[in-house]
Amino acid sequence: MAIFFQNIMAGLETGSLYALAALGLVLIFRTSDVINFAQGEMAMFSTFVAFTLFDGLGLSYPLAVIGALIFALLFGFIVERIFIRPASDASLVSKMIITLGLIMIIGGLASAIFGIDSYYFRQAISADSIDAAGVVVQPNALFIIAITLVIMAGLFYMINKTKVGIAIRATAQNEKTARLMGIPVFKVYSMSWIIATILGAIAGILMAPTTNVSTTMMAEVHLKSFIAAVLGGFGSFHGPVIGGLIIGILDNLVGMYISLTWKTVIVYGLLIVTLIVKPTGIFGKTHRKKV
Amino acid sequence: MLKIENIDAYYGFIHALKDFSINIEEGKIVTLLGANGAGKTSTLKVISGLLNPVKGSVTFNGENLLIYPPEKIVSMGIIQSPEGRQIFPQFTVEENLKAGAYTRKDKENIAKTLDKVYDYFPRLKERKKQYAGTLSGGEQQMLAIGRALMAKPKLLLLDEPSLGLAPLIVRDIFRIIEEINKEGTTILLVEQNAYQALSIADYGYILETGKVVSEGSAKELLGNSDIKKAYLGGN
Repeated sequence: MAIFFQNIMAGLETGSLYALAALGLVLIFRTSDVINFAQGEMAMFSTFVAFTLFDGLGLSYPLAVIGALIFALLFGFIVERIFIRPASDASLVSKMIITLGLIMIIGGLASAIFGIDSYYFRQAISADSIDAAGVVVQPNALFIIAITLVIMAGLFYMINKTKVGIAIRATAQNEKTARLMGIPVFKVYSMSWIIATILGAIAGILMAPTTNVSTTMMAEVHLKSFIAAVLGGFGSFHGPVIGGLIIGILDNLVGMYISLTWKTVIVYGLLIVTLIVKPTGIFGKTHRKKV
Repeated sequence: MLKIENIDAYYGFIHALKDFSINIEEGKIVTLLGANGAGKTSTLKVISGLLNPVKGSVTFNGENLLIYPPEKIVSMGIIQSPEGRQIFPQFTVEENLKAGAYTRKDKENIAKTLDKVYDYFPRLKERKKQYAGTLSGGEQQMLAIGRALMAKPKLLLLDEPSLGLAPLIVRDIFRIIEEINKEGTTILLVEQNAYQALSIADYGYILETGKVVSEGSAKELLGNSDIKKAYLGGN
């Protein structure tokens, strides 16, 4: 039983990070219909900024993280302004190809600036692990799960209860009509890019101790966040979060109890079956946006 | 109040409005009539700032509207209830109405306007917690008008409020439109249902392929035999 909970715990830890990244994807997708394929690269870049502030400039860990989050804020804003907004009249396919191009640009920039080596980056909390009835719990894992919960709670409050949330959800449902109600939809786009980039940066920084900081560090998180979003349903905001947690936990349980070598195949096999049964994702309603 | 002078506007390659002019006086109901593709909806898009004309001018109480984005035009008091209702289906009725008040800063008065809207449309009050996507066509139209009223419009733009509705409901809705106007809101009413529209309007413009082909007081238009033949169906 202890092993079971050990795996659940590990699953929640990585699942939380998939969920954060997935929420960023969905936020951009719901408001502007664009799928940001470069989300992972952007997160990697922000993580490098955190690492450089910490290791290169010798800032304290919290300051380095705050610095990186401020960078992410500007980064999201600039990417939307320079690459996405000028193409606002272009077809969706073109916009997605722009975000594919961003992978090249950001990946290239990162290797030029930060090099292609991989670096160890410390955990957020480096206290000793706690033994809870046979389950070894790392304070850092608890911290990751807690911070994800706090961020989610804050975001869901914002989306469901505030005026900004009304603007986001109205834009997500019908952009033209939102404009007719006086909702500044371009500000909504801009804000969703900023929030998504910050979410990505947080996921990247918290992932770094496991993957090390390198230009390819986010590849797996990014892919899994996509799958989390598809599994939970792109049409809702809470679906992808639960999707992320499911993937994190399944990954660990299948690896433990069935087969480590076959775990990827089995987990994604299950996902494909789920999508065959429910193509809109577990929590998805048919998402159709009027244009 | 609102003056459109000599505008030309394009939808891609389609010349939607050609040397087009209309004038809306404060306190009136003005109607734009015509078939599909005559330029009615394009006119509303130009006023709301969703379509930019290549030449000509649009002024609201003397102020040039063409330099403003849609959200600014809304906050100036020009609100559109779009064609096909376009309610937010995943919002409840009340959330839709609150979205309509998005630009308002006078928080304490929003509740008053909400009551006012519920007075006009008691049906909406009964269904305020219901998702808007589950409403009937007539209720959705009421919601679309109610949502526009939440912004406290000075000029209300209504695009085809009778579209797809049963005659009885259309009559209801037109009665309420008249009431809204009597309480001080100027209205630009775009309609294919010419007879209904002229029966409540003060002034009308008849549009064909992006041009005004005829205009006059509602009475004149109702009495004009050519117009009767072409738009009012019969003698």
